[in-house]
Amino acid sequence: MSNNTKLHHNEPLIRLSKKTALPVWKAWAIRLGAFLFAVLFCAVIILILTGSNPIEVYRMMFSGSFGTSRKFWNMLQSLAMLLIVSVAVTPAFKMRFWNIGAEGQVLAGALGTAAVMIYCGGKLPAAVVYPLMVVTAVVCGMIWAVIPAIFKALYNTNETLFTLMMNYVATQLVAYLIVFWEKPKGSNVVGTINNPYGDGDWFPAVFGQKSFISIAVVLAITIAMFVYLKYSKHGYEISVVGESENTARYIGINVKKVILRTMLLSGAICGIAGLLLVAGTSSQTISTATAGGRGFTAIMVSWLAKFNPIEMILTSFILVFFERGAGEISSELSQSFASILTGIVLFCIIGSEFFINYKINFRKRHKEDKGGEAA
Amino acid sequence: MNLTRISEFFVQAVMFGVPLLYGAVGEILTEKVGHLNLGIPGIMYVGGISGIIGGYFWETYGNPNNTVMCILCSLLSALAGSALMAFVYAFLTITLRANQNVTGLVLTTFGLGLGSYLGSALAGLLGTDTTISLNATSAAYKKLFWVDIKLFGSVFVSFGFLTLLAIVIAITASFVLQKTRVGLNLRAVGESPATADAAGINVIRYKYAGTVIGGAIAGLGGLYYVMDFIGGSWSNGGFDDRGWLAVALVIFAIWRPKLAIPGSILFGGLYILYSFIPNLPRSSQEIFKVFPYLVTIIVLILTSVRKKKENLPPASLGLPYFREDR
Repeated sequence: MSNNTKLHHNEPLIRLSKKTALPVWKAWAIRLGAFLFAVLFCAVIILILTGSNPIEVYRMMFSGSFGTSRKFWNMLQSLAMLLIVSVAVTPAFKMRFWNIGAEGQVLAGALGTAAVMIYCGGKLPAAVVYPLMVVTAVVCGMIWAVIPAIFKALYNTNETLFTLMMNYVATQLVAYLIVFWEKPKGSNVVGTINNPYGDGDWFPAVFGQKSFISIAVVLAITIAMFVYLKYSKHGYEISVVGESENTARYIGINVKKVILRTMLLSGAICGIAGLLLVAGTSSQTISTATAGGRGFTAIMVSWLAKFNPIEMILTSFILVFFERGAGEISSELSQSFASILTGIVLFCIIGSEFFINYKINFRKRHKEDKGGEAA
Repeated sequence: MNLTRISEFFVQAVMFGVPLLYGAVGEILTEKVGHLNLGIPGIMYVGGISGIIGGYFWETYGNPNNTVMCILCSLLSALAGSALMAFVYAFLTITLRANQNVTGLVLTTFGLGLGSYLGSALAGLLGTDTTISLNATSAAYKKLFWVDIKLFGSVFVSFGFLTLLAIVIAITASFVLQKTRVGLNLRAVGESPATADAAGINVIRYKYAGTVIGGAIAGLGGLYYVMDFIGGSWSNGGFDDRGWLAVALVIFAIWRPKLAIPGSILFGGLYILYSFIPNLPRSSQEIFKVFPYLVTIIVLILTSVRKKKENLPPASLGLPYFREDR
């Protein structure tokens, strides 16, 4: 108000407007551009911080994922574990229910699985124990997910903060049970839970790969989720609730029911992720770090892929690639360095969404503009 | 429990609570302008390592006996580091209108990585394996404005300058938010940016100010942790869980900086309670550690059930603002 001359500017220098739907290829071209920019930017960072040749570093990172067939399968396993959690959080995100509690839901599923493995393994026939593991994992994941959903549906309790807190409740619950399950006593580590029915592994190797079953399960769930979201009535209801709750109510969708049902589904898949992490990995154990931050990383993966489960294969690959690749750069800095690079890449991709959604209009240069007030 | 033990408990609860207080007050400012910053753990972590770096350079190249400069160097460096982190978040979420949850989480990943990397790099520079210790700077923090409070007649309780600063900042923030025009505008931006914009408030400027200043305050939490709590040393991964507790404290304090002061002491007390109860089995200790989070969940539910308007989160929390969006 104090600056009256400003009012004479009838157009700001930069004006933003929303873009109408961009062709898919253009949107992906922008994302690819952002990714390439990020790779170049990371190269500069690598050069400054470590002084090593960035191309050499990238080559080493590449071999971290593709170097040997063992590394390749390990990469696939990590990819699958991240992918399943990402797929799990997706339906909730699509209806704008910000479930950042996947970490806790995965841990709950892991806890259920481990409990069945420890208490029933060897005492009941295998044909009972395996289904029991699946059921327990799914139910535990569902319970953890549905508690915040109930309060969201009834009282509109903020789900972001509620699910975040539930993560730590789950973590402490695991820490509590580890005291009873630890082996040997006092070590604070559960240790490998061996399979009493076979040679020690809970998941048999297929085509010589122990992780094959996990990967296949994850792939099946991913495709099923894609179909569910895109072609089923439930999927349609989820996207309507996500776009506008009022519209959903107007066309007769029971919003509360959709919220509860979708979170139950989210929790169930998280539970399965917990099952795979405990019984399907080579360590076959449970700890407070079993979910390993995947619950948080999955949010980025899902969002980057625009909630499309198939595209998530690509986005989770990007994250796993950097994580595994940084392990190859031989130094103690590796893990933290991976986080820095991942952060930069994600910042660039997140930032690029702006250029997909908005158009920047610069003020056109008129002659009379020069005087400032002359306009 | 005798009096000595009780005052010891109180001191430790406060010491544990101060970083949470800084983090929570910073996050309250951020949330009041409508931005949920889940990058607080990362910001606090970077604030901590920046303070260490600032202190290290003054101790190495300056005069370590100069108390004021020791503090100034590390304090400014911590503020700059955390403000810079918050600025990245602000630019992405305010100007580029990126999703706040995703950006915040990436910021935490990035911040924890950056902090650990710088920590290792600095340790490498010093030739030590993993730990760095800055005795002079830490001692400076303890010397300045060190107050002894007499509890129960005989027991002395001592607090340093950063503890007092935390309380001062919290009270100031409460005052500004509730009693000044700036605070009113700030809250208006968080409740309904479109209305605020129509009323002639510069929404973008307020959003930037809230997130960046909020981030800088949160960063002081990291500085307190490294300088006062553990006495001027750094080890990687030392305090990343404190950031989430700070976010929890925001809810507990129902978005009021003043309430965060007793809240932080309560959280600190709940967190360390297990070590003050004699003969507690290890399993029960783990159960005790869950109390801060459980209390937060209960507060979250109660405020949403009661639906008193002044106790609810800012209405536009988490939503991007685009003027032409209607």
